[in-house]
Amino acid sequence: MMSRAPIDLAAIRSRHPQHFGPPSRERKFMQALGAGALLLLLVGMAQLGFFSGAFLSGVGKLGVVAGLMLPPNPGDWAHVRLYAMSLVETVAISFLGTLGASLLAVPVALLAANNVTTQRVLRFLSRRSLDTIRSVDILIWALIWINVVGLGPFAGVLAIMTSDIGNFGKLFSEAIEAADHKPVEGIVSTGGGRILGIRFGILPEVFPVLASQVLYFFESNTRSATIIGIVGAGGIGLHLAEAIRTLELQQASFIILIILVAVAAIDLVSSQLRFALIGRRGPAT
Amino acid sequence: MSSPVVQLPDAQLRPLLAAYDASVRVRRRQSFVVLACIVAAVVLSSISAEVSLGKLFANIGNFTSYFGRLLHLDSGALVISDPVEWYWGLGRWLRLLGETLLIAYVGTALGALGAFFLCFLAAANVTPRPWLRIAVRRFCELCRTVPELVFALMFVIAFGLGPMAGVLAVAIHSLGALGKLFAEVVENIDMKPVEGVHATGAPWHVAMRFGALPQTMSNFVSYALLRFEINVRGATVMGFVGAGGIGVDLIEAIRKFYYSDVSAILVLIVITVSVIDTATGYVRHRLIGLEGRHG
Repeated sequence: MMSRAPIDLAAIRSRHPQHFGPPSRERKFMQALGAGALLLLLVGMAQLGFFSGAFLSGVGKLGVVAGLMLPPNPGDWAHVRLYAMSLVETVAISFLGTLGASLLAVPVALLAANNVTTQRVLRFLSRRSLDTIRSVDILIWALIWINVVGLGPFAGVLAIMTSDIGNFGKLFSEAIEAADHKPVEGIVSTGGGRILGIRFGILPEVFPVLASQVLYFFESNTRSATIIGIVGAGGIGLHLAEAIRTLELQQASFIILIILVAVAAIDLVSSQLRFALIGRRGPAT
Repeated sequence: MSSPVVQLPDAQLRPLLAAYDASVRVRRRQSFVVLACIVAAVVLSSISAEVSLGKLFANIGNFTSYFGRLLHLDSGALVISDPVEWYWGLGRWLRLLGETLLIAYVGTALGALGAFFLCFLAAANVTPRPWLRIAVRRFCELCRTVPELVFALMFVIAFGLGPMAGVLAVAIHSLGALGKLFAEVVENIDMKPVEGVHATGAPWHVAMRFGALPQTMSNFVSYALLRFEINVRGATVMGFVGAGGIGVDLIEAIRKFYYSDVSAILVLIVITVSVIDTATGYVRHRLIGLEGRHG
């Protein structure tokens, strides 16, 4: 049995003085910041009424609501058919919106990439407009497009398209900026112009990256497409909002269930396609 | 001035050319098949989504004229000409915008706190029980796959109209998204400090506190800030289903055709979102810089 040597605290203290002194200024600052964030959280919660009886009674009601949602039950076959059709519509909205946005975003991304567009003003303007598009939520775009083409799924397609031009424009321009410049130089040196340089020098290199981002967004857009129906832009969201508002909660949970299944299926398919395109260790999206 | 290009004799060149042509033909055929599939999918989904380009082109004037109307006051003057009239409701809108930011902040903070406690259970390298890890992962998946707005709709039933439903919806969605990201951060830590603390006989939570946490904190904060940025955007539409924030006034203005109000609120939203994006982006880059210096 080995006997334990007594701990010589003074020796340790003299060897590592930095761990025994008073906390450093940086550490104190971080602690103050954390405390401030926590205080803001508590004040905010008080402001929003979390510490009143309303919150507790709400939690009680939420339990009742959750109980009413089980088990998921569509009612009858007519409803199942209706929901299945609008689920297909939702996927169609997402597909068309994503595809349209990816086609329209390529020229905008070329304008916003600093290795393609040398004109600073043009680049600045295209970047700022992409930022502006992105800062407006997809539901707001849906409402605006409803004013143009009327209620229905077409407005949803246009809303997804608009909001994704902002996302794709930014992501694509970053991918284009990261592209190797040597192929373009090679093409220019053989006498090819700028357009040919972009077509044969940049596009083949960035295409797999762009395609994988598009596939990734197809999945997340399907999720968005399920909610734009809430404002009347087509898809299953309309039925979901209706079911929740009329307290047909078993139907609501059935709809949520089939949405989850559809999103999981699309996730599976699109990630398989992405791996096929870029290999398993591709760029993180 | 021509450079000497070595020309192979024809007899040698022909098989090479033929092989090249054949390989190009195969690739062309593959691209054609893929393209045909995409076109077929586009046609099918256009039918399902009631796409009509005719309607779009017939009404595209509405789009531009809609923006034109957004930029004019009721009196017909441009909005810029009378900012006071344009922003007649500034006080109310700023208050609602503050509420929107508060929804996003409290929602993100609650979600991040929840994710903080769950992520150590969900990370493969430090989880105390494997079955617990799977349960936590599935829970996070459920929380982030159901759209925020759907949670908001249900919470409005339970908690009544108002920002509380919005906060909880944002919090649950953030919990799901951050729980996954935080767990991935924990899975990437260096395990030696954790083992060191374990070796002193410390229980699991102490090992996490002094072994794992110091390595992960800056990434946690960075991801939480990114989430805050996303949630500010999401909180602007919570009002559409009655869950508080600026969306309440925005949807009313859009539905009732108060054009100049719509543009005034949209401009406020764009400015707020841009300011928050820039500020959090700055802090996140500082944090990443800090980590680079230490590690």
